[in-house]
Amino acid sequence: MKQVLIEKDAYYDSVFLMLINRDVKKIEGVLDAVVSMGTEMNITLLRDTGLADKELDGVTPNDLIIAIEGTSEEVVAEAMKAAKDLMDKKSGGDEGEGYKPASLEGAIKTVPDANLVIISLPGEFATREVRKSLNNGLHVMLFSDNISVESEIELKNLAKEKGLLMMGPDCGTAIINGKPLCFANVVRPGDIGVVGASGTGLQEITCAIEKFGAGITQGIGTGGRDLKNVQIGGTMMLMGIEALKNDDTTKVIVVVSKPPADVVAEKVIDALSKTGKPSVIHFIGLEPREQKGNLYFAGNLEEAAGMAVALSKGETYKERTYTIARAEVDAIIEKETKGMAGIQKYIRGLYTGGTLADEALIMFDREIGNIYSNNQSKEDFIPSDPNKSIEHTIVDLGDDVYTVGRPHPMIDPSTREDRIKIEVEDEEMAVMLLDIVLGYGSHDDPAGAILDSMRVAKEKFAARGGYLSIITSITGTEGDFQSIAATKSKLESIGCIVMPSNFQASTLALEIMRKVEK
Amino acid sequence: MDVKNINELFKQDLSAINLGLESFADNLKNEGVKAIQVQWKPPAGGNMEIAGLLDKYDAIKIKVGTDEANKKAAEIINKGKPTLIDVSTAGESIPGMKKNMILHAGPPVTWDRMSGPTRGAVIGGLVYEGLASSYEEAEKVAASGDIIFEPCHHHSTVGPMAGIVTWSMPVWVFENKAYGNKSYCTLNEGLGKVLRYGAYGDEVMAKLKWMESDLAPIMKKTLDLHGEIDMKNILAQVLQMGDEGHNRNRAGTSLFIRELAPYMVMLDEPKEKISKVLKFMHENDHFFLNLSMPASKCIIDAAAGIEGSTIITTMCRNGTDFAIRISATGDDWYVAPATMVDGLYLPGFTEDDAAPDIGDSVITETVGIGGFAMAAAPAIVKFVGGTPKDAITFTTKMYEITETENNIFQIPVLDFRGTPTGIDVAKIVETGILPAINTGIAHKKPGIGMVGAGLVSPPEKCFLDAFKAFVAKYS
Repeated sequence: MKQVLIEKDAYYDSVFLMLINRDVKKIEGVLDAVVSMGTEMNITLLRDTGLADKELDGVTPNDLIIAIEGTSEEVVAEAMKAAKDLMDKKSGGDEGEGYKPASLEGAIKTVPDANLVIISLPGEFATREVRKSLNNGLHVMLFSDNISVESEIELKNLAKEKGLLMMGPDCGTAIINGKPLCFANVVRPGDIGVVGASGTGLQEITCAIEKFGAGITQGIGTGGRDLKNVQIGGTMMLMGIEALKNDDTTKVIVVVSKPPADVVAEKVIDALSKTGKPSVIHFIGLEPREQKGNLYFAGNLEEAAGMAVALSKGETYKERTYTIARAEVDAIIEKETKGMAGIQKYIRGLYTGGTLADEALIMFDREIGNIYSNNQSKEDFIPSDPNKSIEHTIVDLGDDVYTVGRPHPMIDPSTREDRIKIEVEDEEMAVMLLDIVLGYGSHDDPAGAILDSMRVAKEKFAARGGYLSIITSITGTEGDFQSIAATKSKLESIGCIVMPSNFQASTLALEIMRKVEK
Repeated sequence: MDVKNINELFKQDLSAINLGLESFADNLKNEGVKAIQVQWKPPAGGNMEIAGLLDKYDAIKIKVGTDEANKKAAEIINKGKPTLIDVSTAGESIPGMKKNMILHAGPPVTWDRMSGPTRGAVIGGLVYEGLASSYEEAEKVAASGDIIFEPCHHHSTVGPMAGIVTWSMPVWVFENKAYGNKSYCTLNEGLGKVLRYGAYGDEVMAKLKWMESDLAPIMKKTLDLHGEIDMKNILAQVLQMGDEGHNRNRAGTSLFIRELAPYMVMLDEPKEKISKVLKFMHENDHFFLNLSMPASKCIIDAAAGIEGSTIITTMCRNGTDFAIRISATGDDWYVAPATMVDGLYLPGFTEDDAAPDIGDSVITETVGIGGFAMAAAPAIVKFVGGTPKDAITFTTKMYEITETENNIFQIPVLDFRGTPTGIDVAKIVETGILPAINTGIAHKKPGIGMVGAGLVSPPEKCFLDAFKAFVAKYS
């Protein structure tokens, strides 16, 4: 079946027609097709191939020819229509995204004023990109993990030589010039500068600073090993402190870190004392020291924020456990324990934030002892099956053992949802302790995503004649896109207790456990 | 401890480059921060051996001063002053040319491995030269071993498609006035059945003879009357008139005619002869290609042989192989099988008719025009099935694999940004971005001619090999 269509005086660009020709030939059932202008050469060709003959009489180079041969009448009709549609189709300039460069160098050429590179590539590729960034005079936030200590030392030495930030590796949180990077909250500007070797620690402190009515200048991340490893030696922490010292807008400095190596801790303390600025230090898991000169030692993340805000406002910090009235706390404890069954006796902390998990773990380990956790320093208390709780268990679900092949639970709450479903089957659970981390990087609705599983958990315990106490705290600010108010009311709607901080939530859970034990 | 740069950062507006999770960039944009996402891919397509070599390269680069060497190469390219100085013949002018020698496009290739179009053109060339008395005999002569086959590139010459050059053929003679080196190229034969597409036969021979007897002498006399022509200036103009100097040469051909016509009419030649020459040029949009090519060749040749430089000094193909040379390793070829062109076909032809990629015309891309200047030639973007916006993307991408931007060749639509110049083989390996090459498509059988045009993606292997050789040389 052949069909020939001649359109008189319809000039089309030959390349345009070649394009249509190609597309028409692709239609199933089309055996041959020529879409072309009626030039002498094309006419000869059409006659030679037998695709058209007498139809071509009188055709001029200004006439369009569409000749199609197909397996059936329908196919030819369809192809004819397709050809005409293609000719009518306006190419239309689509207003898509701008050019996305394929390399760091390409990006630098595109944005010559760039000053910061954020890298979250697989670890084996990240090192080289960091090196190139630094050599181009750019500050770096290195979110990637799986970077060797040797590489970290090399990169931080290079950063030091160049006087540039190299936040990381495994640095999840920073706030530079008030802008949240990776996992961070929208915190109002102020005069407190923070340097943290702990992502969620930095988040918890900066959010508490805002809650207590102050704001921050910078939140510099260093990566978790910065103070832990003697060879790295707190390089980025010390550079951060120096920069905050030189920064006129920073009046108070806060430093937070997972347990540091002793020599490194001393270097950091020494550097802080030399800043002459009031400085608050919180080394997670270490007993706070006595205040000395401009140095103040905090016992928990919230306290670090509280002390800093007091120093910023020129007030005296009053040591406290709860920021809500004792009577209110007692009422909560009464309400949360009275329905529990006798068999319920264990705490289950299901955390998404590593440092928040540590804060709870260290408190419970000190006060009750024998706490199982993937973050335990005592090897006997690391559960052999990470997915199974043993007695008192507090887990950090952001740990590598839980994130193989799935995103971090702050991004994908299903990891924790699945874990809640497992825990519910254990009738001995008394208290479930959770963190809810808001801010950029986190899930759109971290509370909402696990709400149903928590409601079901509470119902199951009620059905068994018991009561499941769920204690939570929210790390976030009014400025965070998830809405702290909506998050709180969701949690409270199913009977969760929402405490003002992780420290207070953990302390409350501890008090409940003590009451349960009696 | 010097942390001035950090305190500087505190006073600046953040401007971030994001490699990895795109949401990190989106979040910053949401907070009003300028953030650009990199479409990052593992270097060398995730080839860990090459990725390891890149680490080695980072060290070598510093040791041998690659940055400086590449800057020098780029500067040589930018300072190049290609000038049309004469019309001569291959035998008279091309260094090392011999009567029994045939130059061809691309890297070295033996008769038995030659592609259809190249074989066809060799047959035609032998008959044209009187080295064979018939086309049948020409095949035997070609296979006899009496004929020396050498790449044009070994003789400062370039040839489009088959690129066949024989002793008697007229050639354009170029000189790079900044560096003194010369280059050569035959005159373009026009469209249809032509030698460069492997066509031979009496019609082809007659035209070649006319070129020798009429076209070239008239050109030479005209040029003598006019004086030398600064071809860099003309190339700069054509880029602003919708040409890219490789697949579109309409503006170039027109400008060239405009330049010469006032002098040509002054010649003491019959009007008919002059008219035929002007008409011949007018009817062949690609007349200028054989001028943009030697102009490119004499620009880039001056940048060859610079110690430590990873700049590509040759890209070419012969329908069998694609090959490149880089500055630091001089005359060494890195060769891989030629690829097929992704393009549009003239009515009556399909990809089944196409020969693999062929010709020295990719010398234009080597100096940063042709496909690299695609944004300047929106009229031909349909060849790659794209929109004018795609053309801009093509060119923009090429800045990622080049050392610098041309000082004279500019692209109006990119706010007169200089064309991407000085292709760095290390950047190709690193980004996985291959040079964008515009090209014509030859029929795979000798004697048929052009069947289409399009974009060709060169084989990655020759770039990887060149990079490996560079690292090996300095390890």
